[in-house]
Amino acid sequence: MADPVVFAEGLHKSFGDTHALRGLDLSVPRGTVCGVLGPNGAGKTTAVRILATLSDPDAGHARIAGYDVVREAGKVRARIGLAGQYAAVDEKLTGRGNLRMFGRLSHLSRREAHRRADELLERFGLTDAADRQVTGYSGGMRRRLDLITSLILRPEVLFLDEPTTGLDPRSRGEIWDSLRELVADGTTVLLTTQYLDEADQLADDIAVVDHGQVIATGTPDELKATIGDRLDVVLEDPAALPQAATALNALAGTDPTMTGADRLSVALPGGGFRLAHIVRELDRAGVAAADVRLRRPTLDEVFLRLTDRKEQVR
Amino acid sequence: MTDLAPPLGRRLRWTFTDGLTLVGRELGRLRHDPGELVAALIFPAVMVVLFGYVFGSAIHVPDGGDYREYLMPGLFAMVTFSAVMGVMTRMAADASRGVMDRFRSMPMARSAVPFGQTGADLLTGLLMLAIMVGAGLLVGWQPHRGLIPTAQAFLLMIVLRYALSWVGVYVGLAVKNDQVADAMVPLFLPFTMLSNAFVPTDGMPGWLRFLADWNPVSALTAASRHLFGNPGAPSGDLAWPLAHPVTTVLLWSAALLAIFVPLSLRAYTHRGR
Repeated sequence: MADPVVFAEGLHKSFGDTHALRGLDLSVPRGTVCGVLGPNGAGKTTAVRILATLSDPDAGHARIAGYDVVREAGKVRARIGLAGQYAAVDEKLTGRGNLRMFGRLSHLSRREAHRRADELLERFGLTDAADRQVTGYSGGMRRRLDLITSLILRPEVLFLDEPTTGLDPRSRGEIWDSLRELVADGTTVLLTTQYLDEADQLADDIAVVDHGQVIATGTPDELKATIGDRLDVVLEDPAALPQAATALNALAGTDPTMTGADRLSVALPGGGFRLAHIVRELDRAGVAAADVRLRRPTLDEVFLRLTDRKEQVR
Repeated sequence: MTDLAPPLGRRLRWTFTDGLTLVGRELGRLRHDPGELVAALIFPAVMVVLFGYVFGSAIHVPDGGDYREYLMPGLFAMVTFSAVMGVMTRMAADASRGVMDRFRSMPMARSAVPFGQTGADLLTGLLMLAIMVGAGLLVGWQPHRGLIPTAQAFLLMIVLRYALSWVGVYVGLAVKNDQVADAMVPLFLPFTMLSNAFVPTDGMPGWLRFLADWNPVSALTAASRHLFGNPGAPSGDLAWPLAHPVTTVLLWSAALLAIFVPLSLRAYTHRGR
């Protein structure tokens, strides 16, 4: 089996008293998209900075394409691209000027740098804006320029630190489309995000990070399966809410949450619940239901459960 | 770092070519936004008018010469000193906007960024000096001692400017925040004012005079007054730096480079580690 192209083991990093990473492990197979998901301050950015050779870990080690990020930083840098939360391009230059400059700094020949700039602008739909100063770009265009700047050297691994934070839905969609194209080319992508739908849409595998550690990994479906299905119940009469809550608690073993004046939602423990059984139990408790629905949890619910449970353990 | 780095020859070549690319970047910025250069020149231009015509009418030049002839070398020195602020704000802006992170994640030469930035500042500095010379000629200043001393004076300005720009690199890297850096710019004003650029130092109280006499801005001003043949060469009991202004400028430049080049390179390589 091929070695993972991104591999991290036991990464620790502290800033003063803040422990940003406490033993983070990560492994990303070549050609896949790994979504690193976590709340603000979970350590996502710190992890990316270490993997992209911008920062050294206090303990642990990491390899990109087999090269150690500390001892062989130069070889790592030749193989990665990095696009950040803020558009790291020169605002005073044009889009084309930025791409040419970063191309030259990547040691492409002048001609090659120009050719690559034109090619990327064309492919990612920025040709019309290419000769305008970046100052005049919209947030989405800037982010797209930032993204394609990191593609100049055709990186094996692309690190994207919250690539769509602060963007409007349409710009987000455009970035997503660009990313899908890259993935189709076989680029390995490590993407941090706090948007669950982003991870759900783009990632093959998700690593949920909290308090500087990976607390769960798996495909979006696997993660959803870990917390079981959800049961949503809409009552005919809101007054029956207390009885319904008691009945649902008896079924699921946990208290349901109120999702509206007349509706409740509860996570069911794994497997074996048939709708007919649920309806019968509600009926027996004297609860008239207008609607009963059994569904997969959203990634949001998985995420909240995972980060919550961690809170309780601590 | 035991990086299996490319051989020294290639690294040196990269430092040079990457540095040149970054110089080109600054020229590109200047072309798109000449306002930056104009903004940097507004202050000295105001000084030409304010001191040359307003305050100057009440200032007595030591050997009775024309005040505007006395003033211009001081303003040249002031523009020279602006290298600190210019480079500081550029470095801090790159550091806070993530451009520096992009540089640092690329396989480019590490030392290229500070070398490129200081090299670019040298070019903008030359442009600013040329404009100031034009302004000086317009208000009646001129060099009197011929080509060689005049060239020597400008050479001294360039040497000190380059050394001062490395102070800017270090401070900018230490600050890392463009807003803080912008706010710090006015703090550098006293450095240029606390000198012989506008008035002779011999009227200042003892401790202040000591600072002004040892200020590199004073040495540069005194050296250029001497080399241009402009009035106001101080006489009598002189502090050592003003008695040997050319040597002082060269010593200051060497000292600043010796301290701030290694400090800056270290700060750049180790930022965030």
